[in-house]
Amino acid sequence: MTISAERSTNEMAGTPSAPAHRVTWPQRPGWLSQHLGTALIVGFLGYLFGHWLGNLVAHNYTYIANDGQNTVADFFGLLFMVVGFLGGIGVFNYPLAKIIGRTPEGEHKNRDGWSKYFRYTLDHKVVGIQYIVGVLLFMFTGGLLAMAVRSELLSPTTHLFSPDTYIKIVSEHGTVMMMMATSIIVGPLGNYLVPLMIGARRTAFPRIEAFSFWVFIAGYFVIFSALPLGGFPTGWTGYAPLQTQAGPGMIGYLFGFAVIGVGMMAAGFNIAITIVNFRAPGMTWSRLPIFVWSILATAALLTLATPVLFAAGLFGILDKTAQTAFFVAEHGGSSYLWENLFWFFGHPEVYIMALPGFGIVGELVPVFARKPLFAYKVAAAGMIGVALLSFFVWQHHLFQSGINPDMRPLFMLTTELISIPTGFIFLVGMGTLYRAKIRFEIPMLFCMAVFFNFLIGGVTGVFLSDVPVNVTVHGGFFVLSHFHYTIMGGLLFAFMAGLYFWLPKMTGKMMNRKMGMWHFWTMFVFFNLTFFPMFIIGLLGQPRRVFTYAKGLQGLNDFSSISAYCLGLSFLLFFVNLMWSMFISPEKAPANPWDSLGLEWQTATPVPSHNFDRIPVITTDPYGYGETPTAVPAYAASDSGPTGSTSQT
Amino acid sequence: MAENSSNKGGDLRRITWIWVVVSVVGEVLFWTLLAKHVPPGRMTETAQSSQSTFNLLMGLAMPVLFGVWVYMAYASRVWSDKRNPNAAMSGPNARNNSRTSVAWITITSVVVLFLAVVGTIGVIQDHGSGGGEGPNPVWNPPGATQAETAALAGTATWSPGSDKVLPVQVIAQQWRFTYRYPTFGGFESQQLILPADTTIAFNVTSLDVIHSFWAYQLGVKADANPLVNNVAYTLTKSPGTFVVRCSELCGIWHGAMTNNGSVVSQSQFMSWAQSTESANATNTALLPAFAWTYVPDANGAAGGYYIDGKVTPYSTVEQYGAKQPAS
Repeated sequence: MTISAERSTNEMAGTPSAPAHRVTWPQRPGWLSQHLGTALIVGFLGYLFGHWLGNLVAHNYTYIANDGQNTVADFFGLLFMVVGFLGGIGVFNYPLAKIIGRTPEGEHKNRDGWSKYFRYTLDHKVVGIQYIVGVLLFMFTGGLLAMAVRSELLSPTTHLFSPDTYIKIVSEHGTVMMMMATSIIVGPLGNYLVPLMIGARRTAFPRIEAFSFWVFIAGYFVIFSALPLGGFPTGWTGYAPLQTQAGPGMIGYLFGFAVIGVGMMAAGFNIAITIVNFRAPGMTWSRLPIFVWSILATAALLTLATPVLFAAGLFGILDKTAQTAFFVAEHGGSSYLWENLFWFFGHPEVYIMALPGFGIVGELVPVFARKPLFAYKVAAAGMIGVALLSFFVWQHHLFQSGINPDMRPLFMLTTELISIPTGFIFLVGMGTLYRAKIRFEIPMLFCMAVFFNFLIGGVTGVFLSDVPVNVTVHGGFFVLSHFHYTIMGGLLFAFMAGLYFWLPKMTGKMMNRKMGMWHFWTMFVFFNLTFFPMFIIGLLGQPRRVFTYAKGLQGLNDFSSISAYCLGLSFLLFFVNLMWSMFISPEKAPANPWDSLGLEWQTATPVPSHNFDRIPVITTDPYGYGETPTAVPAYAASDSGPTGSTSQT
Repeated sequence: MAENSSNKGGDLRRITWIWVVVSVVGEVLFWTLLAKHVPPGRMTETAQSSQSTFNLLMGLAMPVLFGVWVYMAYASRVWSDKRNPNAAMSGPNARNNSRTSVAWITITSVVVLFLAVVGTIGVIQDHGSGGGEGPNPVWNPPGATQAETAALAGTATWSPGSDKVLPVQVIAQQWRFTYRYPTFGGFESQQLILPADTTIAFNVTSLDVIHSFWAYQLGVKADANPLVNNVAYTLTKSPGTFVVRCSELCGIWHGAMTNNGSVVSQSQFMSWAQSTESANATNTALLPAFAWTYVPDANGAAGGYYIDGKVTPYSTVEQYGAKQPAS
């Protein structure tokens, strides 16, 4: 007998009670209701209001009168822009209604059609698809900036940009990409898939989930606004007191991270509680898909590490507006304070970027190898181990900074130790490939690329963790190549694997295979051709974030830049494939094109808003490939067959 | 579904052989052709330490890289859907093989802990490996503490053959490095000339934002923080030229913040230092008194931002003496 663990989903079912007073204005249909358009309008008005308020408050501060630039007005402008944007999309409707004692109208009730993607919605699947668009927006902005950076580095003597503009391009590229990379898998795939994979109808806090997406978009506007405000010169690491010296564009960076940080904390909090509390009956921890384990570990990091960034950003904003001196040594502060606060967040941050990539390859390789996941418990333990240890390694970014010298061997040890659980994904991946029957579909190719790239990235990380070698390679192109190999080579390739794999489920359409093959091969080859020479460039002495370099290094730099253009073209190819396959000439996908045993594939396509007609009872993990003559899907087939699925072997 | 027993060990044996051959070839090529030329070279003891540690890491990394690559290439060819006539392996060994897992975890742990120990020994033996140790270095070369204290008191001396540590102050500002020699009256020079076969104590500080003093061929890198003295040691060996670059983003002209330096024989250095000291005597008298850090006025990093123009730094030499609190 199926235990139906249905939870109350009034909003989903769409039948609110009829109260005496109704707050009706947000729910008018069509153009006059709340959507991205109203958000943009109210956000813009908020910016104007905040700017005016800041001028009113601060125009007679001495430093502002002397400077001619009002950072207080810029900050208030951005603050009210974000508040207005969120209010315009409808984030505050429910809490405000509750506060004033009215019964709130249910949020937008799953209107059919494309308009729901422009609204504040409680459906985690809609939020997942919204995130895909958001993430691609960040990616293409950052990517264009990267093309500009590589163009400048074609010659050490001929310059396309002034040094001022160049450093702002570099800083914006890094910051936009890091903001994107934080959420690139947790946002789209985590939000879409985690409830489906654990057999739930929704996440624990759907409003917080939707809020995390719209605040992510608001953060894009904030960080992008740094450019018209004059840009910021500090790189994505924002070191003080260069940040104190910088112009008003720095507020865009500091506040942008604060805003993105709020979204990160919200998303992590929501997903972690969902995974802990909303698992279907029978979904024990040892049956949890490895992707969900990785998202759980990531969510823990998102929730626990980001508040430190928020505090650091707050101190920076105070330094730049209220003339405090948290980071200014001449007035009692310390430049080390920012460094430590930033990197205390910054190191868990990069594991926020690595772990979901591991989760995706762990989830996909069994499907394409037609074998169970090897050493599942080791994989899960590795994710937990990485997440725990990631809080203990941050000073390896500061080996030469003048930190307490006793700390250097300690952090060298902890950093070496963290490479042990990080290596588990290779044990698991290689073990799964052993005597398998590998289907080289496009998602699998991307997974193999993840292993290839992350191996190089991870091994060079071990080089960097060793203090004597760190003296040579810190602060130059070696470390730059290391993190591009791990974040781009690992995470971004895993994201592509996940997209090609799950878009048929999310949209019912297959990505075009031929274009996909071209996309994969050009992206993989040109990625390696772009970034591998940078290890050599770094060893030969070129620092990061420079617009000029030793003449002898021009050959390598040019090779890297030309390859980078080709890499950019491969992303264009991806975008063309996406548009072609989703909109221009879509090809209908079968219900389970990859023959996956995952629970998410057992739902109908398109997935109904309530996900499962009956909550399934879980009997095994989803990796039973080849274990019975016709592999039994992970749910009990007897009572709880969801509608519309076909059983697959 | 049954495990295919016909060539159970054969695959792994083949993979191992290919791996051994590739690794041996790779190691031989690396050690004969590349190892001596690995940056940053062999000009100083710290550069040698950096090079030899890199070579050790490379020697260990190559089998790891080749192992995974050979395995993945073999898997892609032999165990692919199209070429593998057998079903995929199944059964309990497909889900877990504790011997493999335990072996993997043990080997990776041993290698990684060994590297941590080697790195720690290197840091201690080379007195910080050329990296900035902050204001209170723990691993000092013999004679360094005396030389540093004497430098501050104005009583430090150095001469060829004296085997003394030579303190050199590196002052970073937007966007140039300058160098003060306390053993020669504290003159400030834009040239970095150093004597061979001498332990150098670099005292790196900044006047405005964070910079990083990276003397590439010397194997020295130390961040320059305002109001902090960051000490890094190296032992020069033979004469040669080297390049200094700023390796921490410090503003617009960060990319142009570079200068050349040279290590010369001890007598050449002595004559250069003494002649520069006398030539610069009037300028030196105008400079602030030699100190480990300099407190800029309100026009330091933040320009005229702090309106009262007073500075109240966290740690001054007066408050804490020659030692400053570690960060």
